[in-house]
This record gives sequence, C-alpha cells and structure tokens, in this order.
Amino acid sequence: MILKPGARLISAVCTAELMTVKAPKTELEVTIGGAVTIASAAARDGSVSMINGHDGGTLMGKRYVDEADSIELLCTKAGTGAVAVNGELLQLKEAKALPASD
Amino acid sequence: MHLSSLIEMVESGFDDRVLLGDENFCLTGTDFGFLVRLGATQVHNKYASVMYVGENHALLPVALFAAAWAGVPFVPVNYRLEDRQLRSLIERYPNSMVLTDPLTATRLEELSPLIFDEWLRELSNIDLEEVGPIEPDENDDDVAVVLFTSGTTSEPKSALLRHRHLMAYLLGSVEFGSADESEAVLVSVPPYHIAGVANMLSNLFSGRRLVYLQSFSAEVWLETVQREAITHAMVVPTMLARVVDELDGKIVDHSTLRTLSYGGAKVSERIIRLALQSFPNTGFVNAYGLTETASTIAVLGPDDHRDALTSDNPMIQRRLSSVGQVLPMVEIEIRDEHEQVVTTGESGLIYLRGEQVSGEYAGGNLLDGDGWFCTRDQGFIDSDGYLFIEGRVDDTIIRGGENIAPAEIEEVLLAQPGVAEACVVGLPDDEWGQRIVAVVVQQDGRTVEPNILQDAVRKVLRGSKTPEEIIVRDSLPHTETGKMLRRVVQSELLAREGGTAT
Repeated sequence: MILKPGARLISAVCTAELMTVKAPKTELEVTIGGAVTIASAAARDGSVSMINGHDGGTLMGKRYVDEADSIELLCTKAGTGAVAVNGELLQLKEAKALPASD
Repeated sequence: MHLSSLIEMVESGFDDRVLLGDENFCLTGTDFGFLVRLGATQVHNKYASVMYVGENHALLPVALFAAAWAGVPFVPVNYRLEDRQLRSLIERYPNSMVLTDPLTATRLEELSPLIFDEWLRELSNIDLEEVGPIEPDENDDDVAVVLFTSGTTSEPKSALLRHRHLMAYLLGSVEFGSADESEAVLVSVPPYHIAGVANMLSNLFSGRRLVYLQSFSAEVWLETVQREAITHAMVVPTMLARVVDELDGKIVDHSTLRTLSYGGAKVSERIIRLALQSFPNTGFVNAYGLTETASTIAVLGPDDHRDALTSDNPMIQRRLSSVGQVLPMVEIEIRDEHEQVVTTGESGLIYLRGEQVSGEYAGGNLLDGDGWFCTRDQGFIDSDGYLFIEGRVDDTIIRGGENIAPAEIEEVLLAQPGVAEACVVGLPDDEWGQRIVAVVVQQDGRTVEPNILQDAVRKVLRGSKTPEEIIVRDSLPHTETGKMLRRVVQSELLAREGGTAT
C-alpha cells in the first residue's frame, strides 16, 4: 500500500495500532508481529499468528523509524508485535523529553 | 499531518480514558471522537469556518476539532471586545458558524449565533449513520486556526496557522500518551489566545484530562486545583500575580500540582520568586512563543528554575529572567539592523525558522526566502544557550543615538522595594530625540519616591538610561493576557503635553 501521513495501521495479531507520521510515496508492505496490517481492529479474527522475531512489541507514544529515516510511525496503542516495513524491523526513535509548557 | 489524525489517535490510545470534564460530567476518548464526528456533519458543506465567541467552555475542543474534521478553519474571537470591533472581526469571515455563550449571543443577535451549549445538546439528537459520517480531507496545508493579534498598535491582523504548523509543534514537543491517567490540566487562558489553542492540543495529545475555568479568578482557580486534583496548569503573568496574592498567608492544599507553566508576556522576577515560595513542590516552566510560531519555541524548565534559585553564580541566577533554551526543532538567529548574525551575548532582533513557524497573516506571508521569521522581539542568547527577551523592537527608545530597551530599565525599577509595576516609554525631546519617562505602580500599602528610584537606576545602569521623569500611578493598562499596553501609556503621556503619538 501507499501510506499517507495520518494513515492508521492496525495489527492483525495483537492490540498494536500505529499512525503514519511520514512515509515515502512508494508501495510498502507494513507488518506488525509479522502479519500484514488490517483496516480496523474489528477485523482482527485470530486467524493469523505472530511470527518469531517479530515479537519485540510496540510501546504507546513511541515513534518507529527505518534505517534510512524515510518512514516514521507513531504507536497509539501498545501491542506485543513489532512493526516492520518491507520485512525490515523498524527501530525505536529516541526523543528527548521536554517539560510540559502548556 | 492533519489535526483530524489527532482524533483518530485519541480514539485509539485513550478509548476509555477520561479526557474532558470535571466533577459534573466526563467524556472519554471514544465519546469525544464521536461528538467531533457528529459536530462535523453540521459544519461540512454548510459553513466556511467555525467561530467561537465566548467564555471558556468544558467542551471547547469539540468546536475546534469539528471544524478541523469538516475541513474549515476554527476562528476564536475575543468576546470582550466592544460590539463594533467584535462585529467587524466576525464580518471578516462571512458564512461562518458563530458559536457563543448566552450573554454574548444577546450582543450579536443580527448574526444569528448558535449558543454552544444548545448546539452540543442538539448534536446528541443526530443519528450519525442517518446523516452520513464525513471523511476528513486531511490536506495539511489547509488553515486550521485563525487568531487575531491583539491589535495594541494597529487594527487586529488575522494570523493563520495551518494544520502542518500545529502538528509540527505537537510532534516535536509532546510525546503522545505521555500523561498518566491521574493527570489533569486546568485551562484558564482564553480560547482566542495561542496558549489556549496550544493547551487544548498538547494536553489531548499527551492524554491529560482538560478542566476548563469559565473565566479566571484566583480564588476559583485555587479551589479547582484542590477539588479536581489538578496536576498541570498554564497561566499568564497577571494570573500568576493574582494567585500569589490570593495565597498570601493562606493555607491551600495544592500539593497535586506538579507543573505550573507561565508565559504570554514578561513576568517580573519578584513575582516568580514569590510564586516559587508559594508552590515549593511544584515544577515551574516558563514558555516563550508567539501566535505566528504556533506557540512555544523556548522553555525554561523546572531544573533551570531550581538551579537559578540555589546557585551563587550570577550567570545561573539570572536565568530566572530568561525564557530558557530553544526547542530542538526550532532554529534561532539573533541579527543586527543590517540582518547580520551577532556574536553570542550580543543583543539584536530574534529570527526563527522551523516547521511550526507560520509567520503568515491573511494577505501575506512574512517568512523570508529561506523560511526565517522576524519576530520583532529583541533579545540575546548567553554562552550557555539561554534566551533573554528584551521587549518589542518597536518599543525601543532612541535617546541621543543610543538604543535603549525599556525592559532593561523596567527590570531595575521592579526590583526596587514597593514597586508593583513599571512601564518605561520614550517621549519626543528636542535635545535628545527621545527622553525616558517611567510610570510606576506602588505595591499596596507602600510608597515610592521618584528620586530614589532614579538613583537606583543610575546606580545599576547609567545616567543615559535613567528616566528623566518618574510618575506614580494607581494602575497601568494591560491586555486580557497581561501584555502591557505601552502605546496607550505613551499616548496618554503625550496627550498630557498636547502632542500626538508617532
């Protein structure tokens, strides 16, 4: 699929949900827990299971980026599956915490 | 990204978390998202914008997000403006849905406003499936929010903030879902101020419950902090001063308050020191930003405040009067009058660049070719990267060819015993071009002597920066958010001499 900023990605195997912050305008395959993402949480029917090596988990509020920094996804609901794009597991993006100013 | 994405994030991450409300009612992320979707059906293809002309309201975010979801700008207006000016601002946005409170509605009858409470009540009678939900357009280059500048010097201008500016600020400075479920923020800044808009967005984004004060009073503010177990709050300087006054000698339990941020105008160091004493267990944050920069671009955090209070190093102590360090995603340059970047510590005009910097008004974009925005604020950055604001460059007094920032003199005056407020302006002078006049307000029950104040300034600064005249008055004019109306003071002083403002 071609991802646009704001596009949601929902796991077929765990509770994880992510939001696209940025993405290249190319065809991508996004998986969570090794399974291709689905359109809504309601479509999660338990028919697919987690793939080994894709069980690192996703954490609420954290950003995940690829090596080339061309794609960035933000986790809006935590899950046990890890997110990957075209087979490459995304890495946690470290961000400095700032004091709440408003 | 578009603000409507934030609704989907809130529905996903905070589905059963209470995000809006107080002891009377509460809305979870799911409830809130549903109400926004309903509201959007009433705006989409019917109105060109959503205006909000009224006091703060517990469900104010529904109005902003319904507009965003429907793809039209949200335009909050200062309901305290006098009728003629208020109408002229509303008329700038034809075919607008005008949401208001009952009292303001009586002033705007011919514009057929909708009372926000009634509009919300009617939403609950709508069947979303029947009217058909709307899919947001999600063009992040659309205008999301229009704010009117305070217009202290000229007609108010419409500052435009696009979705991409506001989302850049959020993504760059707030971590989604970083608040725990016990956190609650008390909003007392008005809806038509950039701080009110930023408050709404960043607290929803972090998952912190928003509690609104309809209109500010120090007593109600303190009561609400206690009753709602408020953990975070943002105030403008006038509010901070009133809260500190209200607390004087009283024992109020505000121990839940973890963070108190202040900004919107310059705060005197005296008030900060008093506030730090009154709230010994609260972390203080000073935020500096402009409407045109989609709110905060620099922060002085709790550790900075503590260090400044406890250090015996004057360089660290004086950070209390700085606005802290610039956010990582914003670039800053201090430039001289020839637009050349000055050396560290030297004063000049503040330029900003970054994804959150809009610098745009209806009718023109002020960003230069490289994306830099000239704030027209004057300031300097010290060798540790702390930004100090010296005031508006348009307020600079030029006396005998020397550029003098009124703020520098005001700071010295405010540090003198008995001085509650100070305003320094330049008046025309045949010999010097301009001469310096100060107006001061005494603290309750104290008296100040103009000649003693003049001596104090002369001692700290120099003779050329010492006000030729110091006038004692009962009060000084301010905007609602605490910005001193320097031009009004100047005009009054000129009128006294039979001249007119330049």
